[in-house]
Parts: sequence; C-alpha cells; structure tokens
Amino acid sequence: MRKTCLDQVYLLAQKDPRVIFIGSDIGAGTLDAFKREMPDRFYMEGVSEAHLISMMAGLAMSGKIPYLNTIATFISRRPFEHVLLDGGLHHTKIRLIGSGGGVVYGPLGPTHLALEDMAILRTIPGMAVVAPCDAEEMKRLMPQTLEWDGPMYIRLGKGGDPVVSRAELGFQIGKAILLQEGRDVLLVSTGITAQTALEAAGLMAAEGLQAAVQHMHTVKPFDRNAFLEQASRASAVISLEEHTVIGGLGSACAEALAEAGFDRPKRFARLGFPDVFPHSYGSQAELMEKYGITASDALKTAQKLLESKSRQL
Amino acid sequence: MGRDVLDARSRSYRRLILDILFKVKRGHIGSAFSILEIVRVLYDEILRYDSKNPKWEDRDRFILSKGHGCLGLYVIMAEKGFFPKEELFRFSTASGILGGHPEHITVPGIEASTGSLGHGFSIAVGMALAAKIDRKSWRTFTLVGDGECNEGSVWEAALSAAKLKLSSLTVIVDYNKMQCYSSTAEVLNLEPLADKWRSFGFEVREMDGHNLAEVQKTLRAAPFSKTKPSVVIAHTVKGKGIPDIENNPVWHHRAKTTEEELKPLLAALADPACAGEWEGVESP
Repeated sequence: MRKTCLDQVYLLAQKDPRVIFIGSDIGAGTLDAFKREMPDRFYMEGVSEAHLISMMAGLAMSGKIPYLNTIATFISRRPFEHVLLDGGLHHTKIRLIGSGGGVVYGPLGPTHLALEDMAILRTIPGMAVVAPCDAEEMKRLMPQTLEWDGPMYIRLGKGGDPVVSRAELGFQIGKAILLQEGRDVLLVSTGITAQTALEAAGLMAAEGLQAAVQHMHTVKPFDRNAFLEQASRASAVISLEEHTVIGGLGSACAEALAEAGFDRPKRFARLGFPDVFPHSYGSQAELMEKYGITASDALKTAQKLLESKSRQL
Repeated sequence: MGRDVLDARSRSYRRLILDILFKVKRGHIGSAFSILEIVRVLYDEILRYDSKNPKWEDRDRFILSKGHGCLGLYVIMAEKGFFPKEELFRFSTASGILGGHPEHITVPGIEASTGSLGHGFSIAVGMALAAKIDRKSWRTFTLVGDGECNEGSVWEAALSAAKLKLSSLTVIVDYNKMQCYSSTAEVLNLEPLADKWRSFGFEVREMDGHNLAEVQKTLRAAPFSKTKPSVVIAHTVKGKGIPDIENNPVWHHRAKTTEEELKPLLAALADPACAGEWEGVESP
C-alpha cells in the first residue's frame, strides 16, 4: 500500500507542478525516479517532524501541495501541535502519509504503534482522516487528494494486504462504501478491517446471520447519513478498527448512534484495542488476535448482542 | 542604548500602546516595546507590500514568529493602512479583529497565525523554499524571540534553512535577554548565540535593535549571502523606553492595568516632541 501510495505521489507530481514530496528519513531508494526527474520537488529533510509539518504549511500557503511520508506515530503524535495549528488552523493543503498505522510495527514494540493517530487527528477542525483498505483503493483515493481542500491524513496499512475493494463501487473522499448488504448486523470498517469485516460476514452467513459491511475509508468527515441509514436497518452494529476504541471509528459510530434519536437504542459494540499499552510484540495479525479484533471475535460479539436483544424483547 | 535613541515617532508608538493597554487592560507590552524599531524599519523601507492588496503575489513575506509581541506590529500595520486605526482600541475584545496573537484569518496582511512559539520560522522556511522552487524574487523575513529559541523546532528549522540554502530568508532574533520568568541566562542560556547561528550555517549580523540608523543599515543589507540564509541578532531591551518596565518580568504580560499604574509610565514618555499623528486617534 505504501509503495502504491508513493508511486501515486510520483504520478501526481508528473502532471501537477504544485506537488512536492517530503520525507523525514525514510528507506533508501524511496522514490528515486521522482528525485532524479524532479529534484527541485523532492526533499528528504531529516528526523525533524515538527519543523517539517510547519514548513509544509509554508509551502502550501505559497501554492504548493506537499505530501509528507514518515511513520504514522511521528506524523501524528510527536508534531501534533504543528499539525493542529499550521495544518488545521491555517487550513493548508498538506498531505500527511502515515506508514504503519495501527499495529503494523508490532514487532518493534509500543513506541512504534499508531493506535491513537485517527483519534487525535480527528479532533482537528477541517482535517480529513482517510484509511484505505488496500492498494487498489489507494489508487482511487490519491488523485482526489489534489483538489481536496484543507489538511489530510492518509493512513497506510502493512502492504500486500488482500484486495477487497471493488472498482465498481467507486470512491469518493468522505463517502462510505457498502461492500455487502445484510439486514441483521451492520459491520463498519476502516483501513484493513474491511477484510476482517467481510470475513466475519462470511462466518455469520454460515450461522444464518445476514451482515452488511460498510467501509468507512474516511473516518473524518464521517459519512453520518450513510452510516445511520444502514444502522437503522440493522439489529446490531459493530465497529472494527485497528486502533484504540477511544476516539476513532467506534467513537464516531457511537456519537452518531447516540444522537440519532432511534426509538430503541441500537445494540452496539466496538472492536478495537482497549485502553492499555500493548506490551507484547508479534505480527499485526497476532496483536489483532490477542486483542480480539478478528472475524471470529466479530461473530461472537454479534451473537452476544443479538442474544441480549432477544432476552430484552 | 539609552532612551535618547528613541525619536518622537518611536515614543509616540509606545504612548499609543500604553493607551491601548489602559483601554483594554491587557497585552504583552515588554515584547511589543522590544521589537518596535525593527518592525518600523521593516515596514518603512525593507518589505515590499501593498497594504490595500495584502495578498499581492510578489509581496515579501513577514512572519512575527514571536506572536505575543503583536501590539508592536499592529500599531505599525495600522499606520500603513492594513486596517483602520480604530481597531487598535478594540484589541483583544469581542468586537475587534486584533487578538492577543496575530491571526491570519481576521487581520489583513498577517501571513500566519502565531502565538505558540517555534512555528513561524518553519513556516517561513516553507515560504522561502516555495519562492526558490518558483524562482520568485520575493523575500521572507521572520522575527523570533530569544525565549522562542528554547524550542527545538527553531533549531530544526535552522538546520533545514541552511541545508536548503535559502538565501532569500532572513531571521531576526529579538535578543532582549529576558523571558517570561527571568533572564534568558538564568532560564536557558543561549550563549554563544551568534556562534550557534554561524555553526548552523547562517550568515550572521548583530545590531542594536533600537538604534534606527543601525537597524536601517543592517536590514537594508539583508539578506547578506547568496548561498546561505541570514540572521540578524538584534540586541534589544524588553520594555524599551520606560525605565519602570525595562527588563522587568512583571511587565511580560499585563492584564487589569490600572490608571495609577499607567500615569507614571506615560509621564516617562512625556515629551512635546512626541505628539505625533496618533494624538488624534481616540477610542471609538
């Protein structure tokens, strides 16, 4: 996904002279062709993220569209105030491409996990937070980043993620995609949990439950109307995210549900990382499993929610 | 650097700021007095701008990175016609456009909203880089505080500006040697400051930041190098012009200033020669 994303930046730069690429201190050889062909628009500027974010704002204020790539933690947490003020307050067209959103860097330990990136960036007025589910969806997103007004955070997955998005469903920043219809349970995904949700829907079908899968590639602006339309039809709603359950997709769903004014409260659960620092290492898949963010966890959660519903009815 | 270097106009700016302070009861007066001569010279003769067309593409960019000194900027921008002088007396009030820190949305001619330290210099680096990429002739100036130089991002920006050879960029350090709590020497010593900038790859000049002739001579020569970014270390006095305020941390920021406090301060500036154009501007 990262390679696809950066290749897209290269393609965008070829057709639009406003595009600038900035890296902090990323892998050797990254975008070599870009550097060779457009040296005055390729910058590798060192491990100085706070400065880089504000420098990008200065470029954007002067008509450029800068794309910055570094590790997600160091683009969101560390320079947060620079993102908030110089990206958000100035509403600049800066593009922050965060490598290793979630627990992609699980083997590297807790300092490199980006479990709160979407939550903190979501608090910035005017900030778009986008997490495509696979490389094909990334290809559909990137051309739209040129004209999107204001700052944007693009969360990258691990790479080599199975392709579950479908071209015929289209793509528009801020618009949810219904990957699958179903009337019993609504599964809401972002990023790579789209594949988890689709897998869960398969498990549910085997149990006689029809699950809809709604993919929220854009967590902000949150497509509240589309979400509530689907939620209104479902008996239970489950959000799935590779992120803390505080402040991200699950919170956006909870906020919308709480304010929706449904006659009966929806049965609702958030699957995501709990409010702890994971002190274990291992792969992305292992950490997701440890913290209960798998298809089988979604199935069990759905059964429990529907059970509690039938009990109360 | 005695009071004698302040001419009538410089004194009239200070009287005006005291008047604003008295009307609205708040402001970073010491920082404003520290930068007045620098900002005055910049807007008198250094910066290329059109106050009636503040977004003019080829204007020079100026960012007051130490945004809390904004009263020292506002009085001069008002004089130059960026906004009506009456706005000065609505400073920091609900009905005005001028807040306690510069705001790019509400104030014509403000390039960037500053106030949180360690941002403006980096924004200036981005602007200077854009000019370099587009081969534009406009220049970028930023005024940073000495306390602001405690921020790591200032030195990140310095490394970057030198690496990118941003020769159209001039940083001015308002080196009044006082920060909010106490002296910079006590809080976080910056010395040897000129050597630091030199070692970071800047062409360095120093000046008395209140001596008009020196400020003019130095800033007219900026930028100083065709291959390096420039820095001017302006030796200034926080609260310059009023002995009771000079180097007095109590006056870093004031709210609820009383008439009794203000009277002796105005008396310190009393001088028939300083009855300038501001005398006619009254609070709405």
